[in-house]
Amino acid sequence: MEVTTPVRTLPYRKLELYEPEGDMLTLQLGPQHPSTHGVLRIKLHLDGEKIIKAVPYPGYLHRGVEKLCEQLTYVQMIPIVDKDDYIAPMHNEQALVMAFEKLLKIEVPRRGQWLRSLLSELQRVASHIFWLGTMSLDLGGALGGGSTNFIYCLRERELILDLFEELTGSRFHYNTHCIGGNRHDIPAGWAAKVHDAVNLIRARLPEYEAMSCNHRLFIERMRGVGVLTGALALELGITGPNLRASGVDHDLRRDAPYDAYREIPVNVQTAKEGDCLARTHVRLAEMRESLRLIDLLIDGMPTGPINSSRPAKQANQIKIPSGQAYASLESPRGELGTFVVAGNGEANTSPYRLKIRPPSLHALAALPYLLVGHNVSDAVAILGSLDPIMGEVDR
Amino acid sequence: MIFAASLAAAVVIVVLSATALALWYERKLAARMQTRIGPQFVGPIGLFQPVADLLKLVQKEEIVPMGADRVLFALAPPLTVIFALAAAAFVPLWPGVAVVRSDVGVLLVIGFGGLAMVPVWMAGWASFNKYALLGAMRAVAQSISYGVPLVLAAMVPVILAGTMDLDGITQFQATHHWFGLWPIIPGLPAFILFLLAMLAESNRIPFDIPEAESELVAGVTTEYTGMQFGFVYLAEYVHTVVGAAIGSVMFLGGWDGPFAPGLHWLLLKTLCLFTFIYWIRWTLVRLRADQLMTLCWKWLVPAGLGLVFLSAAWNQTGWSR
Repeated sequence: MEVTTPVRTLPYRKLELYEPEGDMLTLQLGPQHPSTHGVLRIKLHLDGEKIIKAVPYPGYLHRGVEKLCEQLTYVQMIPIVDKDDYIAPMHNEQALVMAFEKLLKIEVPRRGQWLRSLLSELQRVASHIFWLGTMSLDLGGALGGGSTNFIYCLRERELILDLFEELTGSRFHYNTHCIGGNRHDIPAGWAAKVHDAVNLIRARLPEYEAMSCNHRLFIERMRGVGVLTGALALELGITGPNLRASGVDHDLRRDAPYDAYREIPVNVQTAKEGDCLARTHVRLAEMRESLRLIDLLIDGMPTGPINSSRPAKQANQIKIPSGQAYASLESPRGELGTFVVAGNGEANTSPYRLKIRPPSLHALAALPYLLVGHNVSDAVAILGSLDPIMGEVDR
Repeated sequence: MIFAASLAAAVVIVVLSATALALWYERKLAARMQTRIGPQFVGPIGLFQPVADLLKLVQKEEIVPMGADRVLFALAPPLTVIFALAAAAFVPLWPGVAVVRSDVGVLLVIGFGGLAMVPVWMAGWASFNKYALLGAMRAVAQSISYGVPLVLAAMVPVILAGTMDLDGITQFQATHHWFGLWPIIPGLPAFILFLLAMLAESNRIPFDIPEAESELVAGVTTEYTGMQFGFVYLAEYVHTVVGAAIGSVMFLGGWDGPFAPGLHWLLLKTLCLFTFIYWIRWTLVRLRADQLMTLCWKWLVPAGLGLVFLSAAWNQTGWSR
């Protein structure tokens, strides 16, 4: 798609039309609110129920992960960044170790690469399915049809978490990626279980679609709501399904391939409309694509070692003298990158500076543009459809 | 007089315990739909769960927010229950018996249903909370709008039976036909219209925008705690139970049924309608406020007017006599 001139019209301008402050209601949506996907505060200026201006205030979940990483050694960091994007921890770990490997010029063995891609795709399905659940919850409420869909979606996510538990010993914060490869190899009989889970999820996807993007009420709530244009998305640095739903064909798995994606082509899913419904369609199509990739990856899994050397056992074992590197991958929410400047002190076991590029933060930047003109109900739908994870936004 | 008073007391007790049972029933139903088990530890198969909930609510501290209108704030929750219960007085229980038998029963029932909006507005205004205010605003708009199709749908049995007495309507259905089934054209659509409008009046999904918890936290009940919240919560269930009872009286023949007409038939039909309402509730997502108004004024009100006209035309044919 052709990139036109960047959008410069700020929605705030319209605020000038409303002179006396008394005309408007200022509503603080959050930080304690059931639908802010963590702790986000959005300051809404309302005229009746119509939003005149919206300002998101992230930062309530800031845990200083990047600063903490300057104190920790390269080995100790991996389980810490697991907690950034707490819906897709696999991608966090991998984005981190990819940057270190780039600095150390370590090549992961082929089986390790395929294993990483397999875990990444499984996590992507789990993340998207969880998103569909929370999206329904935002639309239908915790005491209604939304929660029914939510629980169905969680049931399927559970299948994938069980697979991860069998592989890594942990259901969520895996600590399975290590510099140079992976820690845990596939146990016996695991491949068959992956096939079973994939087939089950694939068979149940039509059920979710019947309750979500094929359902009349759901479509009425989502169509034409929160239209994000491709130009605005590019200007704000939005990546991932949100960008692809706005008609921009961009996916790091295809455009800057890493791991097994160099060998397996990915069909990138896009939509043109850029509204909430398009984002739903893109995520559901991506889920199908991921299920296809999982089958390919598990069937074509090469033999050999999964690690270039033995995984580090001691905290100060990995030393990176100097240099800087940026590595990024396609997480379920977009381009998740790690920028690392190595060389801190004498020991060289920690970085001088580490920066994580979270895709959700950029998605949140679209809120002031998308919310204006809609009403409070739509605000919740738009926020949900952007799929922000506050742990990743605030780090 | 004594009979009426004891009957009234009996109805209050029956409705309240039916509501408690309905709470348990809904939770079990929802759990089954969601591949869960539902309450099962308090009493046999979790039957006493509503009692446990009530005890928990009673124990809780009642907090009045700073800046709230204390009188209105305290008055609103009991009023919601009173208005919801008042409508139950007109339901004919078995042939010729209701707590209050009035010649304009339909009008009074709908009137009390509409009055239930007043304490909701009181609660929303007195809470001194923006979410509550938005919720109350939505509730008033919704109640006023959906009152119109509700009245229009209720007009159909009134015209067909030629009386506004709820017992008279049931008698007519017992001797002729149930209006929900025959005449199919004004009857069945009017029944559906009545159900939709009643869902909206009692704030059930897909029309539960006044308390849309994913948008407005808890709507008008945001600032209520303890038993005050319990009252509002209870009133909603009473509203739904009584609404289902009125629906079965006006369209499904009330106490009429094969073998022995009586209260059990009314309860059975009410239970069926109640199940249907909660089936919808745990399946659909909710509409947006403007879509709700579009649905009401562009579709339901014209449809209601057409149905009233059709039922008058049906009466002119004289086929049901």
